[in-house]
Amino acid sequence: MTLSRREALGLGAGGVLAGLLAGRARGLAAAGDTLTIAYNVNLPSFDPTVGPSAVNPTIQAIYRSVFDQFIGQKPDLSFEPGLLTAWDWNADRTKIWMDVRQGVTWHDGSPFGPEDIVWSLQRAGKKETGNPIQFTWSTIGNFKVDGNRVTADVLQFDPTIFKWMAFLTGYVLPKAFYEKVGPQGFEKKPVGTGPFMVDAYEGNAFLRLKANPNYWGGKPAFETVVFKFIPDATSRVAEIESGSSDVTLEIPYEEFDRLKLKSGLAGVATPISDIGMIFVNSDGPMQDKNVRLGAHHAIDKQAIVSRLLRGYGVPIDTLEAPEYLAFDPSIKVGYDPDKAKALLAASGYSPDKPIRFTIQTTRGYKPKDYEMIQAIVGMWRKVGIDAQIEVYEIAKHFELRMGHKLAPAAFYNWGNAIADPTTSTGFAMFGPSPHSSWKTPDVDAKIGPLWGEKDEQKRIAGWKAVDRYVAEEGYVIPLLQYAQPIVYKTSLKVTPNKSGALQPTLVAKA
Amino acid sequence: MLAAIVLRRSLMTIVTLFGVAIVVFLLLRVAPGDPIAMMISPGAGPDDVAALRARYGLDAPPLIQFWIWLHGILMGDFGTSISLRLDVLSLLAERLPATLELSGLALALGVFLGGAIAVIATLLRRSFVAGLIDAVNGLLLAVPDFVWALAFVLVLGVLIPVLPLSGRIDPALETTFVTRFYLVENLVSGRLALAGDILRHMAMPSLALALPLAAVIARILKEALAEAMQQDYVLLARVKGFSELRLVLGEALRNAVGPTLALTGVQFTFLIGGTVIVERIFSYPGIGNMAIDAVINRDLPLIQGLVLVFGLMFLVVNLVIDLAVVALNPKLRHG
Repeated sequence: MTLSRREALGLGAGGVLAGLLAGRARGLAAAGDTLTIAYNVNLPSFDPTVGPSAVNPTIQAIYRSVFDQFIGQKPDLSFEPGLLTAWDWNADRTKIWMDVRQGVTWHDGSPFGPEDIVWSLQRAGKKETGNPIQFTWSTIGNFKVDGNRVTADVLQFDPTIFKWMAFLTGYVLPKAFYEKVGPQGFEKKPVGTGPFMVDAYEGNAFLRLKANPNYWGGKPAFETVVFKFIPDATSRVAEIESGSSDVTLEIPYEEFDRLKLKSGLAGVATPISDIGMIFVNSDGPMQDKNVRLGAHHAIDKQAIVSRLLRGYGVPIDTLEAPEYLAFDPSIKVGYDPDKAKALLAASGYSPDKPIRFTIQTTRGYKPKDYEMIQAIVGMWRKVGIDAQIEVYEIAKHFELRMGHKLAPAAFYNWGNAIADPTTSTGFAMFGPSPHSSWKTPDVDAKIGPLWGEKDEQKRIAGWKAVDRYVAEEGYVIPLLQYAQPIVYKTSLKVTPNKSGALQPTLVAKA
Repeated sequence: MLAAIVLRRSLMTIVTLFGVAIVVFLLLRVAPGDPIAMMISPGAGPDDVAALRARYGLDAPPLIQFWIWLHGILMGDFGTSISLRLDVLSLLAERLPATLELSGLALALGVFLGGAIAVIATLLRRSFVAGLIDAVNGLLLAVPDFVWALAFVLVLGVLIPVLPLSGRIDPALETTFVTRFYLVENLVSGRLALAGDILRHMAMPSLALALPLAAVIARILKEALAEAMQQDYVLLARVKGFSELRLVLGEALRNAVGPTLALTGVQFTFLIGGTVIVERIFSYPGIGNMAIDAVINRDLPLIQGLVLVFGLMFLVVNLVIDLAVVALNPKLRHG
């Protein structure tokens, strides 16, 4: 049979047309055993232990799908066995022991064992690896393996070491495979022990995962999971509204309220371990306690949550959210504009003769961040603070914060998925930390002894005391705990994760 | 003559790229945002910061850093991406084809639409339709590509969901590709259903990029056609009894294409710039989308590589257009 040029062209066009139409049909049919998540960030790197993405809390949901952590974490932030089934210190806390799960295999079929645990911890503790949390991992060493139990010496006591095993960079990687393929080889073909295996990856577009049939935690509910990387919020709204994705998150609250009422869609917005706060710089005008406290008392946080965030958020007065270990509901600062006026007047400031300083903020990085600061500046103006808003990018914020060059007031958010006070008040308020903006010896003297406190009750009580002192001194202005909006098809059931990590294992068929 | 122009312009391209390299390197060193500050841990001390700085080669004086980078480029080593942890050159090679296919399709659409609008407006220049076409063209000209992109998302993605909203291919498709030129590869290899799926994914972003280009082409070509239609050779053809369509397409268009072509080259470089936002909106995995992440993460080696690639694309496009204009114009061709 021969084809004329016209027939060949016709067939070709027909084929393309068939593809155009068939694609639509396939898109509609994509359901059942496939879960498609319109995700808000791209996945830059597959190695969950090095580089900037390793400390990006949002990406952890993807990492937790492919890899297992030493210790697992439930959606309520409590801990559970991961690749370690049991763990603890010895009585005098000079050693740690860890029991390693048996019968686990890597995605490539090779057996997982204690040597993978030891290698992962040793690698994380070496400076040359580039693990951003190396300072914690290097506090243990001299590992020994006895059967499925790993022991190690405590080189420097860190009460949070086991919590970090369920947090940023606390992942177990395959020793033999990694050593064989190297870092770049691992990026191209990542292998973990997690509930899903990497099947296809198109950077900036999607990641397709297949269920790990041998997963020690049981076969996942979905055979295939697709993470679509959609950083644009409008596009994520379109994805869920058009039915192209099954679940999405981090969309504007207005859209959340609209979409959850639509037929076939449901929504949940749960407070997560992420707070909005204003850093106060210990240099400059904020050295005046009256100004600091006046600025704090002048802010009506409930109004901000109710009016700007449509009720999605929880006002806070310390850096501890209600779910955190050192949360103390008795520490209150409170909205009191009259008190704010009086404090500022005591330092010679009034609405007619205001104190002037700059407040920095991101714009669009967090929900209504700029609008919140605009509202706060309005509230401040009424009590005698004339603040100029300076918008900065998040990269600029980090650079300024590391150089202790933030403005007198600077808006930022702070995550703490392990709910420990060291990773909230500790790193945010301890002077030597590159992340603190308030650097004075009084607060450092209170925090210092708590880093190595071995008595847990005493440690938590100590952090609560620090939180109270910080609130009384006005060294930081905590604003609110964020709520994470998730919209999903009613054919699904989503368990919100307090850490904010929307893991596929927390999504089930309704 | 053409060979001499190619040689001269190629040398100029190298010099210009060197200039681009210097400028981008210097700009990134003075621009706000330190990549190390974005990855340090809460407990990091000055030693840790210094170690990270050394690890990414940011501890050396800027001049030394520049020399190392330049030397690397000449040896084919563009460095390693800080955020993606992969060789920059391989990353660029992986993503560039997606952007080339998208911008190529957008160019083809823009030329086709712009040409069609100009020809129709010329044919109907004495009717009220010409005014209507001018108004529509004005609208196309006034609305930027990213607004078209958002409008398409809402209309063709949500209201009448006929086209996919994101990506380059359907994530459900389990297939492999030999090259990164997915569309070309599948068209050439006859996998037409797959090519259709890729085209569906490219439809909205390419149209968003094409419409502003089409408007510019339409306006310039229409004016050039109007001028050509007044020429003696067109009058002669009309006297010979040629139809209006033949007058426009067969006689006037050939002479009107020259100035339009030169301008299309300039506009195409704008179109390539527009891919940055449009690729982001449609989560299209090209170098534009990657550029935004690179900037957010202050991934200096990747940004430097991307800027060089964008610069090279601009220069090559302009070179090709200049050569095409020379080839089409005998006066220029023969000096």
